[in-house]
Amino acid sequence: MNLLALFRRRSSAPVARERLQVLLAHERGAAGHSELLATLQEEILAVIARHIKVDRDKVHIKLDRSEDIATLEIDVEMPDLIPLMSARG
Amino acid sequence: MSKVLVVTSGKGGVGKTTSTAALGAALAQGGENVVVVDFDVGLRNLDLVMGAERRVVFDLINVVQGDARLAQALIRDKRIDNLSLLPASQTRDKDALTPEGVSRVIAELREKFDWVLCDSPAGIEKGALLAMYHADEAIVVTNPEVSSVRDSDRIIGLLDSKTAKAEKGERIDKHLLITRYDPGRAARNEMLKTEDVLEILSIPLLGIIPESEEVLRASNLGSPVTLNNPVSAPSRAYFDAAKRLRGEKLEIVVPLEHRSFIGKLFGRRVA
Repeated sequence: MNLLALFRRRSSAPVARERLQVLLAHERGAAGHSELLATLQEEILAVIARHIKVDRDKVHIKLDRSEDIATLEIDVEMPDLIPLMSARG
Repeated sequence: MSKVLVVTSGKGGVGKTTSTAALGAALAQGGENVVVVDFDVGLRNLDLVMGAERRVVFDLINVVQGDARLAQALIRDKRIDNLSLLPASQTRDKDALTPEGVSRVIAELREKFDWVLCDSPAGIEKGALLAMYHADEAIVVTNPEVSSVRDSDRIIGLLDSKTAKAEKGERIDKHLLITRYDPGRAARNEMLKTEDVLEILSIPLLGIIPESEEVLRASNLGSPVTLNNPVSAPSRAYFDAAKRLRGEKLEIVVPLEHRSFIGKLFGRRVA
């Protein structure tokens, strides 16, 4: 290593390598993952629809992945709660 | 026995067309009977890089659709007569390519040539899938840069699942061709290392082509770089890659930076 290199900022190649390795590990594992989301969406919607009348546009399913953890987020926007209450009563 | 190769990458602008022309010419210069086929329907460029843009009469689509015979569409190179070009159509779109038509044309090309090099369009859609479908082997062109490596990874996945060989449960041989390699940036540790790219993509290395003005000069003149300046650094790398395709075992040389005297005094060794 020469003297000039000591004053240089951290080289970018190792960062590129790390980012790629993490990304590709996820992408390879998640082959066909868009299909998985669509299937989940349909089946979850079907379960909910058995009990509550929901608008299919009001159900959002999201998969988020970071280095250590993956989260599945299901967001259901409920209509008014009256049918639910009456079902119980 | 003839070999069908697809030159592919996923990402655009990495050097597929340049590499198809250079490798095709290098194989022909070595005495092989070669055809280069442009699959980039609607955005053809192989004719331009080969210097045959004014000689195109019929194209791949005409042959696929039966409007012209293969012999009418093939353009024989003026510099080496065992090198031919089958151009793509510039006016039609990719939907004009049918799987049956492509299959028939490839079968016919196999009878006429030792090597059929298919220049794939960028992307992962119909055109790219048709270009790779009949390939016996694939050359994956990658720049040492994150987006190119990611797209190459995707293309390798498609080669392993969407080709005729893969559908038969056979393995398709894949070769990595690293292009636009910049020894200066490599020395400063500012470019993905060859070992890193190899480790990530884990397919065997066919060659490393250094970034060079010679490549641009050759395309300006409409000549594959291996014909235009056979002794230039990129040409030597392409000649070696062509020899490896023919089965020769050659050591792969990592291009070194051409340094000035001062650079040598203060520089750092790459390997």
